[in-house]
This record gives sequence, structure tokens and C-alpha cells, in this order.
Amino acid sequence: MLEFRKDLFADERDDNLNVIGKGEQRQDMLGHVTGRTRFFDDHGFAGLLHLKVVRSPHHHARIRSIDVSAAERAPGVKRVIRGQDVPVNKNTLLSLIGFGKDDEPTLAVDKVRYKGEPIVAIIADSEAEALAAVKLVRVSYDPLPTVLDVQEALKPGAVVVNETYPGNYFEYHDKYDHQKLRFGDVEAAFRTADHVLEERYQMSPIEHASTETNGTIAAPETNNRYVVHSCAQGLFFSLGTTAKILALESNRLHFIGGTVGGGFGGKVDSLTEPLAVLGAILTGRPVRYVLGREEEMQFGSPRGAERHVIKDGVMRDGRIVARQVSSYFDAGAYTRLSSYGVVKCIAHMPGPYTIPNVRGDAYCVFTNRVPATAMRGFGVTGLDFSIEVQMDKLAHLVGIDPMEFRILNAYRDGDMKAHRRVAHNTALIECVQVAAQKVSWPLSETARRASSLSGGGGPRAAIPPTVTDESGRIGRPETRQAPPQLTPGAAPLPAYQPQPAVPVYQPAHQPVAPLPNYPSQPATAAPLPPVPTPPVPTLPTPPQHGAARFSSAFTRRR
Amino acid sequence: MPVNVRIVQGLQEAASILAGDRGAQLLGGGTLLVRAINEGSMTEGTLLRAVDPVLLAMNTGGARVELGAGVTMAMVLASRDLSYLHAPARGIGGPAVRTTATIGGNLFAATPYGDFTTALLALDAVVTLHAGFGGARVMPLEEMLANRARGGVGLVASVAFNRPAGADAFRFLKVARVRPKGVSVLSIAAHLPQNAGRISGARIAYGAMGPTPLRAKAVERVLEGRSLDAATIAAAKTAALEGTQPATDAIASEWYRREVLPVHLGRLLAGETS
Amino acid sequence: MARMPVQFRLNGSDRAVFVEPAETLLGTIRRGLGDFAPKFGCGQGTCGVCTVLVDGEPRLGCLTLSVTCEGRSIETASGLADGPTLHPLQAAFMEHFAAQCGFCTPGMLMAAKALLDRNPDPTRVEVVEAIAGNICRCTGYEPIINAILAAAQQRGARRA
Repeated sequence: MLEFRKDLFADERDDNLNVIGKGEQRQDMLGHVTGRTRFFDDHGFAGLLHLKVVRSPHHHARIRSIDVSAAERAPGVKRVIRGQDVPVNKNTLLSLIGFGKDDEPTLAVDKVRYKGEPIVAIIADSEAEALAAVKLVRVSYDPLPTVLDVQEALKPGAVVVNETYPGNYFEYHDKYDHQKLRFGDVEAAFRTADHVLEERYQMSPIEHASTETNGTIAAPETNNRYVVHSCAQGLFFSLGTTAKILALESNRLHFIGGTVGGGFGGKVDSLTEPLAVLGAILTGRPVRYVLGREEEMQFGSPRGAERHVIKDGVMRDGRIVARQVSSYFDAGAYTRLSSYGVVKCIAHMPGPYTIPNVRGDAYCVFTNRVPATAMRGFGVTGLDFSIEVQMDKLAHLVGIDPMEFRILNAYRDGDMKAHRRVAHNTALIECVQVAAQKVSWPLSETARRASSLSGGGGPRAAIPPTVTDESGRIGRPETRQAPPQLTPGAAPLPAYQPQPAVPVYQPAHQPVAPLPNYPSQPATAAPLPPVPTPPVPTLPTPPQHGAARFSSAFTRRR
Repeated sequence: MPVNVRIVQGLQEAASILAGDRGAQLLGGGTLLVRAINEGSMTEGTLLRAVDPVLLAMNTGGARVELGAGVTMAMVLASRDLSYLHAPARGIGGPAVRTTATIGGNLFAATPYGDFTTALLALDAVVTLHAGFGGARVMPLEEMLANRARGGVGLVASVAFNRPAGADAFRFLKVARVRPKGVSVLSIAAHLPQNAGRISGARIAYGAMGPTPLRAKAVERVLEGRSLDAATIAAAKTAALEGTQPATDAIASEWYRREVLPVHLGRLLAGETS
Repeated sequence: MARMPVQFRLNGSDRAVFVEPAETLLGTIRRGLGDFAPKFGCGQGTCGVCTVLVDGEPRLGCLTLSVTCEGRSIETASGLADGPTLHPLQAAFMEHFAAQCGFCTPGMLMAAKALLDRNPDPTRVEVVEAIAGNICRCTGYEPIINAILAAAQQRGARRA
């Protein structure tokens, strides 16, 4: 099952693993197989009411009027909730750590910005009666033009999705309309590179599709408190969000949960907690709000769509000398967590490789799509996929085996990363070597003898003179670098198009691979010149840490 | 008024209720109607459950086969006499769906559902209908499907068809992205009786290639009187898309369905399906 | 609309409830009778987390009307264990780590029981087809298939 490669980095740890590698039973497994595990919906309450929501059928529209009179009179209906009933009807999830401006209503009042946006909540004795009453709510709309593409949304004059961010971009540090990474001089490097390769990658939104949908049951408890059975992946986060939206002291909320029927990131947005608790407050009774499957797919947040444009300069001998990445995250109509996803994306550039010139730009863009959220490898999987496909294409371009190509360009301990931190505990080389060995992929002697522990640092530890720029100043779209165009006047990728015939890339898998031309290397393949006694690289002053994890993204609370 | 349920004994009474009450729908296995209630698209009206032995009858032994509209996919799969219908029945949902999904329900299932109906169409099936007062009438399935969109078809009591010509004469293929069960990208049923090595009375039907399951008459004309060799199959593939009107839906695009149909038809005719 | 009486056996006990006409068996078992083992996942017959046995046959609780279950014998995962003794399927699921979040598990167990009660010695292909109506988003299915095969083997060994 699990194989330990204890030969790798053997002197860096104790060999005293007592639990890892041995089968350990889950603490909840007995509950799972007996049906006793309690998910949020597995709680009975006398007098339980059911909440269902009226949702926008339009991607973007002004709300002219809302008429709930027929719904209020419908059989079984106990209470109808409108935007004006929500104490704090504008929020952003990361306001809890002071990051971003409140931009999202719990219930829309004058405008809807995505299909599925909630407008009115109906609470009734049964789910069937609530669903019937939903149909009786009359909302009249003035549909508005929409913008559904990240690069279209960034153009001057584009449809404004979310008035809180009138440029359709999240604002970072009150300064720039995106996150920037600058290291060296990519333009100079492109000019002298043997090859320049620019490719565009993108992915659609991805649905978590947990078998359990999002939902909450909230009920009045003792001591003027509310018990909340929640599907949330982060109970404290959800408690804080609910407390803020309902202007409640946190100690009046008793959140119970942590048993999630599949989260994968799709249960972090507190989609149902605030309305369920508000319903319990307003009716004085237990209220259950569970998304149906179609609601979960339409309204439940997906992993957001991403587009990455990667332009690399590579030498004939296989060294990547420059990498420029432009990333566009489709946050949908509201921020939620996408602002943070972009930070993670820029932190992953340029991949686990030492490249002397790097330029990264990552945008959090608002469109009239369903607001996006986290999902496994939030902010990084799309970029990593793009980088690795690009690596294969580069290897093919210079005629080097793709495994060798990665080992050649891999970062090593002691290298300076584009983020001005010294690479430490790197292991890409060993991963490639073990993977190659597993599938009997032949590697050259040089590649087999490469190591993350040697060849790094020295000249590779230096921070090069770096070209900075003022591209992308907030409110100044003319400063933004034009979106990369693959061919002059090329249109953005349409949502779907039939696939034209493309040549299938076959990795060059030859029994005797041509030796890559490692720099400063004698003909008899010795590993890269070892740094005899690595001098301590001059590290830049570490940044001041507030809440440590978000130190680079901290702004003052608004 | 929330959805009501009525259980009636006897097809005739059920048919007259259906004719008189536009809010009434006949409940087969519930796989489509109860779904509509769960999703909130059906919030009023009546579900009618008809209990009548005719609906569960299975006359499978002879050359003329008759199956009640209430017969489930599981019942078809349990009948050795109906082995030629096992492929279409097995493709309907998972095991728990098949214990309730009925032949009658499948006849009225909107595209891209309706794989069992596709198979029946290739068997030249006829349906026995009860439409209000006045007793039963028999109608070719093709005609019933053409009338289906208009509504008011009435209640299907049973389907009937001749047993296929031989073990290999009836073939069925379902293309789905999810295996072993999934909604159809498309399905193809082919009845290819042979007379002295030449096809005689070919019937080809497609599912999810139009608003209802439909006959591929151009392909039938190509096959008629020929032997099932490479040249014939190539000619059949050329005619494969004639008369089709595939939709773009959550499962596949119109373009994709057009692209792959001839390929799958060719494989089915060549006996290459797995 | 008047509620309708229904009587059936649930995990071996006679139960009687008044249900709404269009109430689903899933809703009756969970909210009406307090057995939360079968779950709601889709309401459209795709995910299988509501799978229960009705007279030994696998059925989807979310698509079954309670009023059609008069006199039937219904089994859920809550009734699998014999007092403190786990059913071989439950034990096998534990041994083979055939669950992570656990949401699909009650439905999986019932689909598996329906198979083994009819076919005590299934092939791997038959196991895969038996759980074809049950979606798991966590395990990748392999541990579940292995657990079912192991349970079948273990029962066979005990009978021999």
C-alpha cells in the first residue's frame, strides 16, 4: 500500500513513525456503517419549519418590484423574509479578517447579479408548501447587459457587475487591481531566448457535487441562544459570518457540526446558515433550509473558472530563462474567497522551478456568473496544470525528454525564489526520479544523480535587478497591461467550440535519451558543480506579520 | 393545494379521470413525477395510481409478445424469454431505479430518456391506449410518439410486438458518459432479420437524436436487401444522420451527437459493441 | 388535504403513520419515524443515498410514495446490525475503509445487501453493477467493492 522511501533525505528526520503507514480506524467509522453518524439534517425537532428561496432567473437585472402578498397567504406559510429584514444585508466572507469590502447581500434588494441569486425566503410548515409559495412570489425585472468573460470584464467600459468594485476587479492594498510578482527582467530575457512559447489555458467552473447538499437547521435553544446544525467545513468561520450578518453577539449562537457529507471546499461560504438562523429568530421555531440538487448545482458556489496565459523564454539547452504568467480568476458576481485564491495563485508562480526572470500578474475578476469558492487545491491546481502542460510543450519544443527537462529546471535548496524567499526542503527532483523509476522511464545518468540538496544556492541565491512597473493601478485602466493576445485581434476563448484537429503530442520516450546540456558541465556527466560551503544568502528583511497566514494580503478593516 | 394521490382500480376509471382532469398525471414508477414534486416544479394536481392486472401482464412465450405498461425494467430483466430486451432494460438507471421504472413511464419520458422505447420502436411495437370513454384502441408506437408532444394521448395499457427473428437479429447500444449507468448521449436499436444472407425488414431506431425516439428510415432503406458487409455498413453510416434533430443538453451537444452517431451505428452493425 | 394512514414493517417492527398524499418514503422514514439512516442527496434518483430495501428489493426512498408501501417490509441501514453484532457488510466496510464522509454509506450498504441476499457469490462485475446507482464522492469506489466482495467471501466461509 504505502511505500516509504526512507533512503531519501534520510538524515533529515528521525525514523520513529508510529502511526503513519499503519492502518488506523476512523473515529467515526462505526457511526457511518450503522447509520448513527449525525449529519446536520439528521436531527428531529418538533414543529420544524422549512425554508425555500426565490431566486433570480437572470444573470443580471434590476429588480423593479417584489410582490409577496400571494405567497404570504399561501397554505402553510408562516413567514416571508425580504432583504430589509436582514440586519446586515451586505457582507464579504473575509471581512472577518479585515480583507476586502462588504459586497454581497444575503437577499437581493434592487439588483440581481447572477442567475440563482436569492431574493426572498419563504418559511412554511412543509417543504412542499414552501415550494408552492415560492412560485407565487412575483418579481419584475429589467434585464441588464451581462459580462461573462474575465477579460471582457476588465476592459474599460465593461458592464459593471458589482458596484462595490466598479472596475470589475478586486482591489489589493488600495493600490493595484491585481496581485503582482516581479523578479528580474523578462522582456530582456525574451529578447535573448532561443525560443519563446506563449500558450493559453483555461478551465470551466467545477462543481463539488458532494452527495450531501448545503443546508442548516437552526432552532431556538435555552438562554436566548440558537442552536445551529450546520454543514459548514469551518464552524467558527460560519458562526462569525452569521453573527455579523444578523448583528448577534457570538455567544448567542451554538454551532454544532463538523460532520460533513463531503465538503471539498463547497461548504465554506455559509450559504444557508444566516437565513436559517434569521428564520428561527423571526418565527421562534426550528427552521430547516436545505438546498435541492439543482439549487446546489446552480446556486452553490463552484470552483471558479480560471484562465492562465504563460509565456516562456527557453534556451536550446533546455534552461527556462524567463516566465511570464497572467492569471484571471472568475470570481463570479461577489468576492467570497476568490480574492484569497488569487493570492495563493501568485504564490505558486512560477512553479517548482528556478527561473531567473519572472513576471506574474493575477486578477480577481467579477463577472455575472455564480460566485466561486474554494475547492481542493484552491487557487493553485488550475495554475499548476497550466504550468505542467507548458513544461511538456517546452520540452517537446527543444527536443528534450520531459522528465529530464523538469529535473534540469527544478529548484534546489538554497535557490532564491521569485518571491524573495530561499528555497528550502525542495524535493521535486526526487519526486521525478522516483516516478520515472516506477514506470521504468529511462533517465540519463546525470538526471539520476541530480539532487535537491546539491547545485542550488551560490549565484542562484541572488536577487537580480528587477524591473517594476505601475501597471494596473486601481481606477486607472489605462495603466493595465493589455491582455496577452496569441494572435493580433484574437477573440477571447468562447464558452464552447468544436475541437479542431490538433496533433497529438507524444512525449519523446526513447530508450537512450539525449543528454540535456546542463550548464557548466564537463563532458563526463558529473552533477552540477556543488557549492562547497554555501554562504548564508543575504535574506531580505522578513515581512511584518499580523495574522500570519494572510500577512501579505492584510488591509485595514473597513 | 398540495399534490394529491388517488389510487383507482381498473384502467377504464383511470383513463376517464385522466381525460377529465388536466391536473392529473398517471404514476408509473415515479422516477419522473415524484422527482418533479421533490424539485418543486409540480406543486399541485393529482397523481393517479392505477391498479389493474392488465398493467402487470407479461405474455412472453409465443411469437407475439405483450407486456403491460406497468411492467418494470427489473421484471423484464428477470424474464429469460425477454433476453433480447435485457440490454435496453439494464441501461435504465441503477438497480434501485429498475425496480420501479416502468415500460409505460419510459414511453412518456422526455429526451434524452426513453431508451427502452427506442428498443420497442425497432421492434415495430404497437400500443394499446385507453383515452377516456370508449374502450381501447391499438396504435403504432411511432404514431403515439408523434402525438405525444400534443398531449391527450391517454393511458397506455400495454405494448405488443413480434419476437425478433433470431438471437443476433436484435441489437441495442447505449452511449453514456458515465458507466455502467448514465443518461444517454444516444442509443441505437436495430432489428436486422436476414433472409438467405440478405437483410429483410430492417428497423433502426435512435434515442436522444430527436424530440422523441425515431426511426432511421434512410438507413433502413440502405440496408434493405443487402448483406451486412463492410460496403453496406459504410453506406449505412453515410445515411445515418438523415432525419435526426439532436438537441444540446446537459449531457451532450448537438454537434457531438452528430459526430458520434455514425461511428456507433457502424460498430453496432459490424457487431463490434462491447 | 387529508393525511392518509399507512402501515408497514420497518426493520422488523410494525409501524403506522399518517402521511401526506405525496409524501416520499424517505421523508416518512426520516421525519415521520426518526430513522435518519437513509439520506437526501438529489431527489431525482441519481445518487442513491436514499436506497432502502422494500420487500428485499432496492428502492429509492426519495422517489417512492409512502402510500404505495402499505403492508411492505422495509429495511434501512439502521436495522442491519443484530443488536451489538455488526452485519458482515458493516464489518467489512470498516475493515476495508469503505467510507470517508459516510454520507453514501447507508445507501451503499442496502444496495450491497440486496445483491448478497440474492447472489451470495457475486463476481466483481456484478458488485459494480449492484452499486451502479450509488454515488460516492470520496473513496473512488475501490474500497467499497473490495468490502462487498470480502463480506460475500466471509459469509460463504461461515456457511461452509
